[in-house]
Amino acid sequence: MQYIDPHIHMVSRVTDDYETLARMGCVGMSEPAFWAGFDRSSADSFRDYFRQLTDFEPRRAESFGIQHFTWICINAKEAENVRLARDVIGLIPEFLQLPGVLGIGEIGLNKNTRNESIIFFEQVELAERLSEQILIHTPHLHDKYKGTRMILDMLADFPRLARRRVLVDHVEEHTIRGVLEAGYWAGMTLYPVSKCTPQRAVDMVEMYGPERLLVNSAGDWGPSKPTAVPDFIVAMRRRGHPESLIKRIVYDNPVEFFRQSRNFKLPGEKVATTATVPAPTPAAAPSPGKATRALTI
Amino acid sequence: MSNPLEASEVLYREFPEIRAWLLQIGAALDRMERGIGSVADDPRRQSIDEALRLLLASGADRAEQIQLLFSLRYDPNWKQEFALPARH
Repeated sequence: MQYIDPHIHMVSRVTDDYETLARMGCVGMSEPAFWAGFDRSSADSFRDYFRQLTDFEPRRAESFGIQHFTWICINAKEAENVRLARDVIGLIPEFLQLPGVLGIGEIGLNKNTRNESIIFFEQVELAERLSEQILIHTPHLHDKYKGTRMILDMLADFPRLARRRVLVDHVEEHTIRGVLEAGYWAGMTLYPVSKCTPQRAVDMVEMYGPERLLVNSAGDWGPSKPTAVPDFIVAMRRRGHPESLIKRIVYDNPVEFFRQSRNFKLPGEKVATTATVPAPTPAAAPSPGKATRALTI
Repeated sequence: MSNPLEASEVLYREFPEIRAWLLQIGAALDRMERGIGSVADDPRRQSIDEALRLLLASGADRAEQIQLLFSLRYDPNWKQEFALPARH
């Protein structure tokens, strides 16, 4: 079955992983900007990272017939450094114009601190002002419930924000209901130990239905499994769920959510919208690469 | 939407894994008993006992209840504590 992984960190994976994913049916993916495993020393480090996300990774994916999309932001962990975070936020608008950039993400909370909250707030304001979609990271383990409630509180302060254009990721049994009831999309991350198993994800599909529900691997530099979405597909089949339901969750739903971004298109489609974006910020540093790739699935 | 499988089929499929997980928990608790010192007063050890009690309860939300047990408390007044700027 063809599927899309809506949250995977391919900068951390080797090229062989692209080939494996392609063999297993992966035809598209989106890669949010995240913490690299170490704190970066300057905004220029982020500029280079954003160029990797918008230029190099799409080309690596394309060579295996996979369509690569991305999200740009300052992540929750490095948001603790407010000065650096604001420098990085200043870079975001120019990258939002590039093909394949779906919006601002993955913003969120990590340890639920005041600084993280301030920078989360400022990035949501930016997204609202630029009419961008948002992808949100929720904390791990014992911080998750509190952090998810705090995130929902902050989002509620933006009444003009279209909730159907916001994805709250890494939901589990104790956070999924609040996210869906508030009208947001919810992402279930299949991740060893700290997040959700394929079997528990299937449980949540059965309890809450497929509406506004996504499933992803979040494959990254830590213990993780980039082929976790195919594991979910197998778990759904073993439970006896129809192929149409499985396809809705692993392909149709990501397309429905992504399609709200002006930079999303399937092969052969024209760009969906013409939202206004500020002109690029003049800078001495190199401009983001011109992604002129032909996207094919 | 519900689980399309019969409860008996779920038990048949998952019994070996559940047995293995229970053994893992039992062996880990035994290991603590045999270790030097005591963790009886450690809140984490006490939360394990509470989780085991939740498993024995009836209902179909044990996973959610265990998640909440292992979660930090949420204070709805957190914004005042952080003195975040108001937005309207």
